[in-house]
Amino acid sequence: MHGFANPARFLRIARWLMPLCLGAGIVIATLALGWGLFRAPPERLQGDTVRIVFLHVPAAWLGMAGWMGIAAASFTELVWRHPLAGIAARGCAVPGAVFTAVCLVTGSLWGRPAWGTWWVWDGRLTSMLVLLFLYFGWMALSQASEASAGGHTRAPAIFGLVGAVNIPIIHYSVIWWNSQHQPPSISMGKSAMDAAFLWPLFASMLGFSLIFAGVVLARMRAILADQQADARLRRKAMAEATY
Amino acid sequence: MAIKAKHQRLVLLAIALIVLIGAGLLAAWALRNQASYFYVPSEIVADPPAPDRAVRLGGMVEQGSLRTEADGVTIAFVVQDGDARVPVRFSGIIPSLFVEGSGVVAEGRMGRNGVFIADNLLAKHDENYIPREMQEMTTAQAERVVAETR
Repeated sequence: MHGFANPARFLRIARWLMPLCLGAGIVIATLALGWGLFRAPPERLQGDTVRIVFLHVPAAWLGMAGWMGIAAASFTELVWRHPLAGIAARGCAVPGAVFTAVCLVTGSLWGRPAWGTWWVWDGRLTSMLVLLFLYFGWMALSQASEASAGGHTRAPAIFGLVGAVNIPIIHYSVIWWNSQHQPPSISMGKSAMDAAFLWPLFASMLGFSLIFAGVVLARMRAILADQQADARLRRKAMAEATY
Repeated sequence: MAIKAKHQRLVLLAIALIVLIGAGLLAAWALRNQASYFYVPSEIVADPPAPDRAVRLGGMVEQGSLRTEADGVTIAFVVQDGDARVPVRFSGIIPSLFVEGSGVVAEGRMGRNGVFIADNLLAKHDENYIPREMQEMTTAQAERVVAETR
């Protein structure tokens, strides 16, 4: 665990892992979307609108995975005071929020032809919108606490853990409560989705997950570089002040 | 023996998390009825809402129950959930996923004669994703085919 405590070691690995994740992710996601958009059959009732699922489901998964990343990093931060944990949480926030927004927009575009409405306030849609607002709040808090003296990461870490309560609520919203949104098609070991849709969907989820990992690594490297530049400037200012 | 600060934080945080998850579950449990987006027919039949109170009714459109009335824009059908059936009348534009045997959410109110008057219809997609080549089959048949090809 603390093998990565030294940012230099993390940076050595991230330097080749980041382009690998991004490159492989872009290739796989492009192929999967091409497969889903042009080769997968139209669905029995939805027709061609089914194709939006190949973007909607990966976006929903990564919007939730982003917050699970923030929560795991927050736990590590609070218990072990790991120097990279706060940086990892900050790296997850923006891509997580973007994928959550993509999920909401694609869902809305699908809802209009399929359900007959852009938006309803059912459990699933509402809890997903709450997740987007949690991301906004977390980013604002993280920025504010960074600007304050010492750059505390304790407050965003507590927020990150408390906000994680929303993740099981999103997942179970369609099981606990009657909702406009359908229950999950894929659960442990069984699928109500035909293989013609299932495989391009899995490929798309893999591709976008790799892109997500690449973006998180890139953002962590950028934050570390920022901190190094700040520290160097501060040292220089101190050295000049002593003359 | 002094407890390491690291272990103290771990125990403290574990307790905080258990309390937090407990609170979340209790809140979700308290919301279990209020957070439902619609009533199913058996709930409507067992405990009818006051007439003119706006409610949503959700369930499956019964096979063979869909009729278009003489004016051409009013439809009548039956929503059922396996236990109870509620007749519904609606005039307006029908969403494209609205077919017999499929899910529907009707917004409206219970009329005095036991017929639900819908102001708005929303189709509900189920969790099944089935290619169009199988559209001649019923949903149950197609589900079996999907289960076999997996």
